[in-house]
Amino acid sequence: MASSGSGYDLSSSTFSPDGRIFQIEYAAKAVENAGTALGLRCRDGIVLAVEKPLVNRMLVAKTTGRRIHTVDEYAGLAITGFVSDGRQIVNRAREEASNYEETYGTKIPPETLSARISTYVHYFTLHGALRPFGASTLVAAYDPGTKRHSLHMIEPSGVCYEYYGAAAGRGRQLARTEMEKLSINPARVASGGGEGEGGGGGGGAITVADGVRQLAKIIHSLRDDAKDKPFELEMSWLCEGSGWKHQGVPRDVIADAVEWAKKEIKDNAEDEDDDDDDEEEEVGGGDVMEE
Amino acid sequence: MSLSLQNGGAPTRALPSVTTVHATSGGNQRTTRPITTGTSVLGIKYKGGVMLAADTLVSYGSLAKYKNARRLVTVNSRTLIGASGEYSDLQSISDLLVSNALEDRCTADSLYDEDNNEECAGEVWSYLRAVMYQRRNKMNPLWNDVVVAGFRQEPDGTTTDTPFLGVVDKIGTAYEDDVLATGFGAYIALPLMREKYRPDMEEGEARALLEDCLRILFYRDCRALNRVQIAKVTKEGGALVSEPYELDTYWDFKGYVTNKGEIGTDGGW
Repeated sequence: MASSGSGYDLSSSTFSPDGRIFQIEYAAKAVENAGTALGLRCRDGIVLAVEKPLVNRMLVAKTTGRRIHTVDEYAGLAITGFVSDGRQIVNRAREEASNYEETYGTKIPPETLSARISTYVHYFTLHGALRPFGASTLVAAYDPGTKRHSLHMIEPSGVCYEYYGAAAGRGRQLARTEMEKLSINPARVASGGGEGEGGGGGGGAITVADGVRQLAKIIHSLRDDAKDKPFELEMSWLCEGSGWKHQGVPRDVIADAVEWAKKEIKDNAEDEDDDDDDEEEEVGGGDVMEE
Repeated sequence: MSLSLQNGGAPTRALPSVTTVHATSGGNQRTTRPITTGTSVLGIKYKGGVMLAADTLVSYGSLAKYKNARRLVTVNSRTLIGASGEYSDLQSISDLLVSNALEDRCTADSLYDEDNNEECAGEVWSYLRAVMYQRRNKMNPLWNDVVVAGFRQEPDGTTTDTPFLGVVDKIGTAYEDDVLATGFGAYIALPLMREKYRPDMEEGEARALLEDCLRILFYRDCRALNRVQIAKVTKEGGALVSEPYELDTYWDFKGYVTNKGEIGTDGGW
């Protein structure tokens, strides 16, 4: 994007001659440089993880500037990018959830919640007087009616897709590559994962307990401890074990996962030094997909 | 379809809407009497908890219309309400309180339950008082007497050992007591409960007393039923509401079977 803009990037209400809306792309750029946010749909629930950079040593990290929010009994949002923009999305999501329940008497279905959030985000890309949101949103939700859980991601452009594994923020491409190696896609698990020894029951998809560890590992492996700022790993889940309620992953569980992740990363690095062949096997444990 | 930011509803913590006010050519019409009604709710403190009791009848005038209506509701994990009066207004109050509780959970400082920012019974009661009083001043009351049961809390949000029992009526009068009754129960059951009440009552005693009172109300209150629910709040167990069940009745008392003339008093029928 060398000569990007040149007059067409002043407002999201104007297309460039080659059919792009630069303000939206800039908004997406704002997300690209923010802390990594990951979401993983597992067999028995969904895990959300966000890297929260600790910008100041005196920060009271536990409660301020949170990136994961509860919007309904069975729905949680992870935001990254401009957190203040994201919070606006969170507030809207809460309103939509409570409104839906007031009107129809049932919990808002995950697809409806995500669609309504995306409509809201999209609205900000249509007007010259508005600035698009500089934040991406991961929506983890459970539908008590259909008993299905799902993960959606909404980007600054207002698009909304459902995912098995979603990533936003810094290092998202690497994170996606790592997540693809986990057996989270039921279609692929059914066709290829059956014969693997550690495939696990229920279609072979991984469990949330395992998901927490894998996400911790991905977030830690994206970082360079020497260069990067310290961060807090925020994690939440919504699973059978939590009664499908959106809750923070217990702090000791996160601590265990991080410890495991760091050891794995160290072991992998050592393996890579003397032998490159074994690398694949270590990454996903027994859940590695055969391509 | 026009583009708009409207999401088509009131913000969650808005007071219940006053759309029951219909503009007519002659002016405004308001609720002047309840239509579908529940009768008495009883409440009592006992050793280690608070207990509420109510029957499951909702009447349409003098017609016993709905016989399995639940009038005791948990509004959060440690607070109960029970209401007599207009049943639809109770539903509206319960929706309001439940959605407030959900909002409190969503906007908590932490993702964990470590900071309990759930409203305690005293706060629910006080909030309800404000709602009822505001509606009364708008000349459009919610037609209920609401009993609130739960526990007091420490400033940090932890539940204390002190039980709470309070009532709010449709004009916003609010008070607390160790024993409470609304509706016809305030005349029939309350004197009996006051007589038997002790601060160190066991749970079983409290329950037996409430069941006796409900049975007596069923005998004497034409809008009462012997199908009832009991609910309790304890510090450890939080708020629990029983499934509806039927009370045994005994109709062979002399006064019930003999007509007035035969027993020389003005008892009987």
